[in-house]
Amino acid sequence: MITLEHIEKTYRVARRNAGMGEALRALFHREYTLIPALQDVSFQVADGEMVGYIGPNGAGKSSTIKIMSGILHPDGGTCVIDGLTPWKNRREHVRNIGVVFGQRSQLWWDVPVIDSFELIRDIYQVDAAAYRRSYEELVTLLGLGDIVRTPARQLSLGQRMRCEIAASLLHEPRILFLDEPTIGLDAVSKLAVRDFIRKINQERGTTVILTTHDMQDIEALTERVLLIGKGKILLDDTLDALKARSSHTRRLQIRYTGALAACPAGTTLVSQEAGQAAFSVDTDVCPVSRAIEALSRQVEITDLTVENISAEELVVSLYEEYAI
Amino acid sequence: MKALAAYGSLFRIRFNSGIQYRAAALGGVATQFAWGFLNILLYMTFYRENPEAFPMSLASVVSYMWLRQAFLMLFETWRTEPQIMAAIQDGGVAYELARPMGIYGAWYTRILSSRISGMLLRAWPLLLVAFCLPAPWGMTLPVSLSAFGLFLLSLVLGTLCAAALVTLIHVLTLVTMQPQGVRMAFNSLAELLSGALIPLPFFPPVIARVLALTPFATTINAPLRIYSGDLAGAAAGQAIGLQAFWLVVMLALGHLLLRRALRRTVIQGG
Repeated sequence: MITLEHIEKTYRVARRNAGMGEALRALFHREYTLIPALQDVSFQVADGEMVGYIGPNGAGKSSTIKIMSGILHPDGGTCVIDGLTPWKNRREHVRNIGVVFGQRSQLWWDVPVIDSFELIRDIYQVDAAAYRRSYEELVTLLGLGDIVRTPARQLSLGQRMRCEIAASLLHEPRILFLDEPTIGLDAVSKLAVRDFIRKINQERGTTVILTTHDMQDIEALTERVLLIGKGKILLDDTLDALKARSSHTRRLQIRYTGALAACPAGTTLVSQEAGQAAFSVDTDVCPVSRAIEALSRQVEITDLTVENISAEELVVSLYEEYAI
Repeated sequence: MKALAAYGSLFRIRFNSGIQYRAAALGGVATQFAWGFLNILLYMTFYRENPEAFPMSLASVVSYMWLRQAFLMLFETWRTEPQIMAAIQDGGVAYELARPMGIYGAWYTRILSSRISGMLLRAWPLLLVAFCLPAPWGMTLPVSLSAFGLFLLSLVLGTLCAAALVTLIHVLTLVTMQPQGVRMAFNSLAELLSGALIPLPFFPPVIARVLALTPFATTINAPLRIYSGDLAGAAAGQAIGLQAFWLVVMLALGHLLLRRALRRTVIQGG
């Protein structure tokens, strides 16, 4: 059980204008700006839940993850995870969690991955039988086979990321924090990673909190979405509920010949170029069939598609709605 | 005991990655041999003028030089752990904080391990050659068995002290976030005060006595002078006591500073 209440964090950043003179001046007098990274952040996550934590760059996602993993001390508020305060009981707390920072590595560069795994086993004091079981499971599920006998520096990004995730789960943590786990991965590796996270959640009942910019991660993995912007939690809802908010919107794309004079009522033109146009259709005002009919009266339609709006567009529209 | 096993593992993995680079070690041996040879050549020129004018015998100085070259990897205070430095600057230290382990202990273990692995690869060929060289070029045997025992004790303490000093540099880097500044200041001081450049007895007597008290003197100065018989009896005991004292102080200071720094650390980058 994860409970955050009124978490606050402010960073102090030295700022100056460009130029030599300014740089010299800053030697004697620094101007600091206070950047509120987190303001009154509160939420709860139940055991075994998978939560997507989204927001634009600099919104406070990583800061929240760092506070929950005991790395960062907040300025105010409380955070209790399975009865422990992460930054006060750091060592006991981190025994129960696994963390993957997608942009950093925890593997030893020069030695085979398996050496890093065994080091982690000793750091977490996992007994031999439990380690063997966990190791076999992870190696099978992630298809690591021969990879673990290769030095980390010789692995591809996709292989390395799979090893990173395995490394974070060897001690069978109850909670897994994933900070952009699919960043930079190709489509195949992304699918493998998502598939694996889902299995681990189902089989071990691991609570998963995932930050990402990849909406397919969210769609594939999480039922619940937390939206953070400018340090504040703006939205906490199920992905389905979020989608329902925009269920009255469809995207209509057509190829046509002829001259397009005007949009039918209830539709807005999203894009238009050489014989192609895309509309956003508000189905409360204008059912899709009527929009098509109105368009076909103006031009000769050669092809058309109708789609629900994607999670990606949903998020863009949320960012716009909250002006973040 | 189980908690100690984690540090043992950390020592092993750093050791293993330290002995990956054999070509670098071979290059190191060649350089260190040439540098030692040049140094001895220089001292011999001075001694030929007037052997009485110097505070150490030529044989002592020659042994000192070869030991310094052989154990360079243990005592070089300017050689930091690149992976720890990088982790401090790019925020990789976040991973270390997410482990149920003391950061100071982890850093100290890695630093100690990298020094010992580097030394073990390089020291043997150098010592072998230095013992085989004819006088006055070669190394002499220790003056007595008890002196040799004291030397070994002092060498171990000196190694632990050097690692504590280097860990302190890493801690200060985390505090200031500016690796160059701290290292520059440390390096020039350490080179001079540890006896790496010239043995401390070559300083004017009063200065030499003061310098022998600094934490830097616990690294090269103490064990190498004990080996060559320059420090013996009570003087050797005093040097070893000083090593133990500084070791405790430096460990405690590093530990404390790191804990304070982490409390207000901002992990760099997204």
